[in-house]
Amino acid sequence: MSQFALKTSLPSYLRDEQQKIEAHAKGYGLDFFATMFEVLPYDHMNEIASYGGFPSRYPHWRFGMAYEELKKSSEYGLSTIYEMVINNSPAVAYLLEGNSLVDQKIVMAHVYGHVDFFKNNFAFASTDQGKNPETGAPIRKWIDAMANHGAVIRRWANRVGIEKIEAFIDDCLSLENLIDPHRPHARKSVTDSALEEPSYDKPGEELPRLRVDRDYMESYINPDAYMQAQRKKVEDEASKQKKTPEEPDRDVMGFLLEHASLEAWERDVLAVVRREAYYFAPQAQTKIMNEGWATYWHSKILTEKAAEGSEIIDYADRCAGVLATTKERLNPYKLGVELYRHIEERWNKGQFGKEWDECDDLATRQSWDRRLGLGRKKIFEVRSHYTDITFIDEFLTPDFAAEQKLFAFGWSNKNDRFEVETRQFQAVKKKLLFQLTNAGNPVVSVEDKNHKNRGELLLSHDHQGIDLRQDYAQAVLVALERVWHRPVELRTLVEGKTVYLRFDGNAHKVKT
Amino acid sequence: MSLRVDQDHARFKQIIRGKIRQNLRRFISKGELLGKQGKEVVSIPIPQIDIPRFRFTDKQGGGVSQGDGDPGDALGKPGEQPGTGEAGQGEGQHVLEVDVSLSDLAEILGEELALPNIEDKGKSKIASKRDRYVGLRKVGPNSLRHFRRTFRQALIRQISLGTYDGKKPVIIPVRDDLRYRSFKTEVEPVANAVILYMMDVSGSMGDEQKEIVRIESFWIDTWLRHQYQGLETRFIIHDAVAREVDRDTFFKTRESGGTMISSAYKLAADMIEQSYPLDEWNIYLFHFSDGDNWSVDDTLLCVNLMKEKLLPAANCFCYGQVESPYGSGQFIKDLDEHFKNDERVLTSEIKDRDAIVDSIKEFLGKGK
Repeated sequence: MSQFALKTSLPSYLRDEQQKIEAHAKGYGLDFFATMFEVLPYDHMNEIASYGGFPSRYPHWRFGMAYEELKKSSEYGLSTIYEMVINNSPAVAYLLEGNSLVDQKIVMAHVYGHVDFFKNNFAFASTDQGKNPETGAPIRKWIDAMANHGAVIRRWANRVGIEKIEAFIDDCLSLENLIDPHRPHARKSVTDSALEEPSYDKPGEELPRLRVDRDYMESYINPDAYMQAQRKKVEDEASKQKKTPEEPDRDVMGFLLEHASLEAWERDVLAVVRREAYYFAPQAQTKIMNEGWATYWHSKILTEKAAEGSEIIDYADRCAGVLATTKERLNPYKLGVELYRHIEERWNKGQFGKEWDECDDLATRQSWDRRLGLGRKKIFEVRSHYTDITFIDEFLTPDFAAEQKLFAFGWSNKNDRFEVETRQFQAVKKKLLFQLTNAGNPVVSVEDKNHKNRGELLLSHDHQGIDLRQDYAQAVLVALERVWHRPVELRTLVEGKTVYLRFDGNAHKVKT
Repeated sequence: MSLRVDQDHARFKQIIRGKIRQNLRRFISKGELLGKQGKEVVSIPIPQIDIPRFRFTDKQGGGVSQGDGDPGDALGKPGEQPGTGEAGQGEGQHVLEVDVSLSDLAEILGEELALPNIEDKGKSKIASKRDRYVGLRKVGPNSLRHFRRTFRQALIRQISLGTYDGKKPVIIPVRDDLRYRSFKTEVEPVANAVILYMMDVSGSMGDEQKEIVRIESFWIDTWLRHQYQGLETRFIIHDAVAREVDRDTFFKTRESGGTMISSAYKLAADMIEQSYPLDEWNIYLFHFSDGDNWSVDDTLLCVNLMKEKLLPAANCFCYGQVESPYGSGQFIKDLDEHFKNDERVLTSEIKDRDAIVDSIKEFLGKGK
């Protein structure tokens, strides 16, 4: 165990357990940041949970609202938070004071699963703040970063006034889901712009020059300086005609940061909200995988190593609670862990590859076992290189869907309720993937910052079959207008028709 | 212990307060608070305090889940529908319920309707304060020394130190053993205001009319309770005869007889005479009816009763006339005619639920 983790105020009996569980986790090949556990009473737990895990964030009423809800549900005994873990290096995890020992063990094992995932899943690489120059280990000091954000905003609040700041934070939060979660992974475009051919050298396009009757006069009538000026003029013309952004930009917040005319404090607030949105994005992208992975490992570690015989019943009870399914909502813990186990089994038995795919004899398939034992290796690979979408897309099989009784549901206008629609594999998979796309958020991009040549902002919604909620969309446009300071317009489809929602600072308009 | 989140929590509550204020008229006319009333707090459903984001319409979406059931089966019970069922996103849609204490609610009501604070008639003992010697402490003047407790303390100490000799029981208190009487100031809340609600329950008062009375009396209660430390409420129902009932019966009874308003006024006068000495109580009289009375004679009797018995006793007499399809609505006109210049008589016509707010303002806006 690293020295860092030893300095925590964990009671000694829990520290002993932590050491044991950490050793078990290492033994299984988990690879995690140093992990620090802290025991908290329930109200502190609720407090930290309402801050999204970070004890020191910027002031905002919505944290108070989250606290109110958590407080009520824990005081009325509706729900308790058992564990919380922060993607930070060293990782910080919280244990709830007064939980039974077996609960604490489960939580610890679960936490090591999460931390391993944070460290190794590629999506989380975007939360690196650089590399340690000596060891090459990623730096993730997000607790510090969040505290710094808090300090920045508090300082502005003292200068500008908390009401103003808070109102602007509200506006920025309305745009919080308008980021491009893939941006951190995008490589710079292959063609370097400096190497691109300048437009005036293209055939058929020449720089305008004065007419020269005799060749030797060329350098006098069209001297270099003059040609340079002409070249600049042409380039300016071209760039004027270019739309900004050239391609629709999904990172609306980043775009605003760059192009909106903001005051210094507004810029800082927007930057903070955006950076935090990017920090939390990988967690939304990997909910099923992350929880599934942690659940896989807590059950492995507890049942094979850490649980005493007398604890098994309690363990099973708790575990059953975590994995309980309801028809109303998909349980990411359950789906995740089952899918990892399914993958492990398939790779252990060699149920993959061309031969397996082409085999359509049921009996052969059922008794298919090549005894390859590649399962464990495969799931470690999966946890590194996939996000929820690719995870489901690649590994969800018809067998698995049937076994897990997956179904798609939808609203029935006839009966005015949600109903089971189908169990047909392709339909279920399609719907599940849709649900996971962009973490369940509509895809909206900036189209043009000089719409109609009037400095208005045009956004477009990439409509994939489901309309936007119009009242919410209009409320977002109001927020957007306050950031952009000019009229804003959103192009979307409503019931199959193109519709422009517009807000000009005073009134909403809907144009078809 | 104070938490860092307390500040944000306070901000949130402030925002909630603003929301309640904004929507107060709607809350009042809907009466949706009443069912959720606890002893000290009311939980108020606040819609739409969430931060707006681009999101999908719920009904086109649906989602994926697991479990038994055939196509066409409902998910869950009706009324407990899932939100968009986003996998991994734990947020459904919900209405936030916030607890607000009754006194906060009264303050909000006061702010929103610009109600003046009530001027005490000056005849009530507000709340009597009394010093009582009930406690002990280790310091004090010698005149207040508690001999027996000091002795006992010394005895305990000597026994535990082993210096007590049963044969020669000498007890010598040291400084630490001394105990002195100490006083506490006790505020004795004196129920110094009483509301007498009277309601016509004759056949012409329908359920909707009674609901209006119920809602209005809740807010009147809340406001007056905020103004006085102790507040008693008494309920009188009447048709041709009057009787005193408890709160539940008050709002539920429906009789079919005729209406003699004087019967209720007589009973109220008797109750005041018996239980509420005029120099100690602030008395509020509220009467709700649809304005139908049996005869002109009875109306005159009412006027006399008010002049002689009720008005001298009460802070104010409020008459609320609820519009009903059957009532003639004559009574309010009679009252207005007889008490044109009497500030103690406040009348208000309540056409429908939306008029409740204005009616409250008419009754309580004078600061009586």
